[in-house]
Amino acid sequence: MIAKYRGFVTLCRKEIQRFLSVSLQTVFAPLVSTLLYLLIFGQVMPEGASGFDALSYHQFLLPGLIMMAMLQNAFSNSSSSLIQSKMYRNLDLMLLSPLSPLAIFLAFVVGAVVRGLMVGVAIAVVASFWVPMPVTHLAWVIVFALLTTMVLGALGFLAGLWADKYDKLAAFQNFIISPLTFLSGVFYSVAILPPIWQTATWLNPFFYMVDGFRYGVLGVSDVSPWLSLAVTFGFMLVLSMVTVSLLARGWKTRR
Amino acid sequence: MNNHAVPAIEIRDVVKSYRDIAALKSVSLSIPQGSFFALLGPNGAGKSTLISVIAGLVKADAGHVRILGHDVVSDYADARRLIGLVPQELIDEPFFAIQDLLRIQAGYFGFGQEQWPWIDELLHNLGLWDKRKETMPSLSGGMKRRVLIALALVHKPKVLVLDEPTAGVDIELRLGLWTFIRQLHAQGMTIILTTHYLEEAEQLCEQIAILREGQLLALSSTQALLAAHPWEYIEVTLQGENAALPETLLTHIHRQQANKWVLRLPRGQVRTELVAQLQQAGCLLSEIRSIEASLEDVFRAMTSKDLL
Repeated sequence: MIAKYRGFVTLCRKEIQRFLSVSLQTVFAPLVSTLLYLLIFGQVMPEGASGFDALSYHQFLLPGLIMMAMLQNAFSNSSSSLIQSKMYRNLDLMLLSPLSPLAIFLAFVVGAVVRGLMVGVAIAVVASFWVPMPVTHLAWVIVFALLTTMVLGALGFLAGLWADKYDKLAAFQNFIISPLTFLSGVFYSVAILPPIWQTATWLNPFFYMVDGFRYGVLGVSDVSPWLSLAVTFGFMLVLSMVTVSLLARGWKTRR
Repeated sequence: MNNHAVPAIEIRDVVKSYRDIAALKSVSLSIPQGSFFALLGPNGAGKSTLISVIAGLVKADAGHVRILGHDVVSDYADARRLIGLVPQELIDEPFFAIQDLLRIQAGYFGFGQEQWPWIDELLHNLGLWDKRKETMPSLSGGMKRRVLIALALVHKPKVLVLDEPTAGVDIELRLGLWTFIRQLHAQGMTIILTTHYLEEAEQLCEQIAILREGQLLALSSTQALLAAHPWEYIEVTLQGENAALPETLLTHIHRQQANKWVLRLPRGQVRTELVAQLQQAGCLLSEIRSIEASLEDVFRAMTSKDLL
């Protein structure tokens, strides 16, 4: 029984060890850049920008920034690991093994989740020294942190599967991930946007991840956390099914 | 049917195309267990594609491949446990030391610490022990090739496939490599290799398949293949610095060095006829001897269109 899952556990450990071996770049760099965001935006944005009277802008901003760092790093982990494996041609070692497509996919997602959570926790701990961060609903915080890093891990895997050179992956990151992240309500409440931009935001799946996580931390949100949960979970399910099916068909891997 | 009667590899009607280019055109062959088998062919013949289909790295458009009875698609997990592939192209892995890389690879196959002594044995046997703490990018091409062989063997497969294992490898390493592979074969492992060094194939392999343009041209024992060669080679040495062959023999020249010629003649042509022709032309014969056809001669004759 244990031997059956040993391949999966091995790949999970490898994915985690891989990013830990370059933790300066994979954990500490996003910690520093997020704290800079907090410092700069917290200083320049007016207090009312949060859209919630009871909250300072710093308090409003912090959960969004944590979420942004988690989702970006979860994406980076699986996507860069996969494309590096392709570039170095060591992906074949995995493909020659009896690992199932589902096991390979899940192991990459586990690596992404662990990195995303490590970055998120590190930011929360350091930032809490100058921004009070009372966690209102811990269960929601955990659920959205896990689900979001899983979704972005899956998305990163799909991007890494699709891209056959770094250029393509950078395009995916710059033209899809970054716009969706910056327009997801990390820096502002949707309530302060004009109606047309509000509608556009509701079509952005990242908005529900950020909003649900913010509800868990601050107890306030633009939409119901249940709606955010349903959208995020549904997105993860569809994304996972598509990605595993493509991997099983050998799309971009088994020539 | 006893277990030994199941072929190590059974390939049936395998077809593979890349866009408009047919890489494999309905290839069928069976490789018995315990054989030392060579898959030969010129560049672009489809050897690497066929090997990749066997190992599951390439999906065939049609046909099937079984490894010891396990289909490489429908029963891929069991099939992959039985086969090890040494790919032609080198790989890199900058994050993990060689020893860790081998342990990780064994882990993919469901092995844990119980496999570590075998991994250490591989490191020793392949001369990698001193390099075990280094990463792939710091190794030379020859060393990387050894790591690939170790990676293919971590799970103790029953069938080892080597795609051009000695390409770019120096003679000393090549000899050491073949000694090691021979040991594995003596222990019952089926070995399948492609190589451009036909002497290696002739010396090592009992069975040979020749591919050209995605089709199987020959499948035979090495001895039978050599015996069936339609040509024989006769080396003729004439006296005198300006000695020349009669015109009737010029079309038979296989190679020439100074006043020594190797003539390629249809098998069965009587040597006395050749001697008579030379004497009639006034040639002063110094020496005449037969040369056995090599696998390279057979290979060239079979794969070169203008010779067929």
